[in-house]
Amino acid sequence: MAGTAAAHDHHDHKPQGFVRRWMYSTNHKDIGTLYLIFAIIAGVIGGLLSVAMRAELQEPGIQIFHGLASMVYGFEGDSAIDGGKHMYNVFTTAHGLIMIFFMVMPALIGGFANWMVPIMIGAPDMAFPRMNNISFWLLPPAFLLLLLSMFVEGPAGSYGTGGGWTIYPPLSTSGQPGPAMDFAILSLHIAGASSILGAINFITTILNMRAPGMTLHKMPLFAWSVLVTAFLLLLSLPVLAGGITMLLTDRNFGTTFFAPEGGGDPILFQHLFWFFGHPEVYILILPAFGIVSHIVSTFSRKPIFGYLGMAYAMVAIGAVGFIVWAHHMYTVGLSLNTQRYFVFATMVIAVPTGIKIFSWIATMWGGSLSMRTPMLWAIGFIFLFTVGGVTGVQLANAGLDRAFHDTYYVVAHFHYVLSLGAVFGIFAGWYYWFPKMFGYMYSPFIARTHFWVTFIGVNLVFFPQHFLGLAGMPRRYIDYPDAFAGWNAISSYGSYISGVGVLIFLYGVWEAFRGKRVAGDNPWGEGATTLEWQLSSPPPYHQWEKLPHIR
Amino acid sequence: MRSEETGKTKKDMPSGNGRIVVICAAFVAGMVGMSYAAVPLYSLFCQVTGYGGTTQRVTQESDRVLDRTVKVHFDANTGNGLNWEFGPKTREIEIRIGETVRADYVAVNRSSRPLTGQATYNVTPQAAGAYFNKVECFCFTETTLAPGEKLEMPVTFFVDPDIVNDENIAHVTTITLSYTFYPYEKEKPVAAAPVPVQDNTQL
Repeated sequence: MAGTAAAHDHHDHKPQGFVRRWMYSTNHKDIGTLYLIFAIIAGVIGGLLSVAMRAELQEPGIQIFHGLASMVYGFEGDSAIDGGKHMYNVFTTAHGLIMIFFMVMPALIGGFANWMVPIMIGAPDMAFPRMNNISFWLLPPAFLLLLLSMFVEGPAGSYGTGGGWTIYPPLSTSGQPGPAMDFAILSLHIAGASSILGAINFITTILNMRAPGMTLHKMPLFAWSVLVTAFLLLLSLPVLAGGITMLLTDRNFGTTFFAPEGGGDPILFQHLFWFFGHPEVYILILPAFGIVSHIVSTFSRKPIFGYLGMAYAMVAIGAVGFIVWAHHMYTVGLSLNTQRYFVFATMVIAVPTGIKIFSWIATMWGGSLSMRTPMLWAIGFIFLFTVGGVTGVQLANAGLDRAFHDTYYVVAHFHYVLSLGAVFGIFAGWYYWFPKMFGYMYSPFIARTHFWVTFIGVNLVFFPQHFLGLAGMPRRYIDYPDAFAGWNAISSYGSYISGVGVLIFLYGVWEAFRGKRVAGDNPWGEGATTLEWQLSSPPPYHQWEKLPHIR
Repeated sequence: MRSEETGKTKKDMPSGNGRIVVICAAFVAGMVGMSYAAVPLYSLFCQVTGYGGTTQRVTQESDRVLDRTVKVHFDANTGNGLNWEFGPKTREIEIRIGETVRADYVAVNRSSRPLTGQATYNVTPQAAGAYFNKVECFCFTETTLAPGEKLEMPVTFFVDPDIVNDENIAHVTTITLSYTFYPYEKEKPVAAAPVPVQDNTQL
């Protein structure tokens, strides 16, 4: 492919001064970087919460949280025990919300998609650069509101909201009268508004700003994945916004949408929530699918196997994702025929997902594989996501789910697809595009150590949780019977190892910027064929002043 | 903002951008509307299908009575803040399917001031809701009782004979009818002020 398209003059019009460059930024690459930094910070905070929970669960009984509660909230004596129990629930809630809304979504959609989608489709920037700025700067206040909610009153005499990330009423309405829940709801409102604006921006950019010759069917798979994700966001987030607004008015203005005493129904919230919540899990994983497709293709030195099948599999996953929501609600008393439908529809999703898995394997098959760090993460992703997918097919069965509902089996399942799936996708993308985004090469040794430590750590955390769930251990409790002690201890050790993995990651980032090993325009060789590798590393402040040539 | 930057963006912005934004915004507004439309649609859906144990209101009694019998268990609850004694006269009756019967609930105001309550109800198993036909009941009417006042409230109902043809609940031998009286308040208090930690003895 011709590398001359990237020829540039040297007046790049970078705004001068820190505030102008970063606070007022309208440049998709700068905003992408801001998103990535934000996601790293949020991920570290959310990760610390989870390590605290695992430390508590390492042994039966309550070891840590009563002390933590008296330290943070000033409880004394026996009240510290109850304060600690609630604090544990607050931690699970905050961990879930932070990781979903402030880590994975900002990293994949705000970070990588902002950075790479305009470049990949040959556009000079996003369609609405200033809206892009708002999308990012809505996130820090939203995050702040969520963090603040942990320090204001929730239930009478306790702090923070402890209803789980699903915030089901009546616990989230009459159960937690204090302002903590309102803070969390407003945080979700703002984060949702940010994502909706971002989604509109991506849809407009991808539909309208592709370079000449870049038809939808020639578009890189990552751009496809972001397009599908943006549509899912556009259709699902307003439903969440509606649902939590009803919660807010139920709490504060006397409406009874979810209160039976006024003719409402708490189950309605679950329907609204999961109509958002199920597409949301595909929102989290689809961009990772896109990233992994590029990496597998690059390091197999082959075009992706079944390009159209891959693209339309994502469309199918997105579409079917909207009609399976009640598989989260098998235990609320759905009629038998409703359950049959949702079991069937849920299983149907395994078909396009299977197409993707097999296409990745077929891409590697007979390819000239090079096991560089991004490829390690991508193969790790495929393996772990498949494990989570298998338990997902099991949980899709209403009969089985009645036993597994709200046990650690479910926890293990969704961490395998999201924590080990989406997060491995994020790290794969990070190492794949790090030389492109920042111009420096990471240290392969540190990067590989990061991979292996994380891989061993997270599997130690979550694989034993399958056994715990099968044995009947329920989720969202601070304590458990002694019988569950063994696997819980191993799970906790795994979380410490994963924590070390995060430290290695952060050290690796610092080391790469200190080492200043110049990466070059295309460190991956001939396998990397998407447009970003035609540009310099890092790309010029304004790219594609001369439009790229699309083969 | 730099003039070159804005100028450049405007020049490069294809004319269709505005149209796409309008369509997207319409989708967002439509989905918010749909989530609110779900509220009346959902209660309509519950009434029509008996989903979630919503019982049926009918004006006509059943035209056929089967030999098979079913037990009907009566359950009664009162919500927080309503000091009423509320319960069924008989705990359980055995009726023939299709037979119209009358059962009575009794409420007594145990407090020293007049209290207003409002009843909601459902049946368990929930799938039986579609076949539980009420000819007369005290659903959702506000009831005010003076201190010490006693009120008998009748429920007249029959179980639809079609129930034996429904595979979901053909095996059911007991249906529970549950009433809950909630205190009726003209206005719900805005999110109750939380109790200060220091004075809280419940912890």
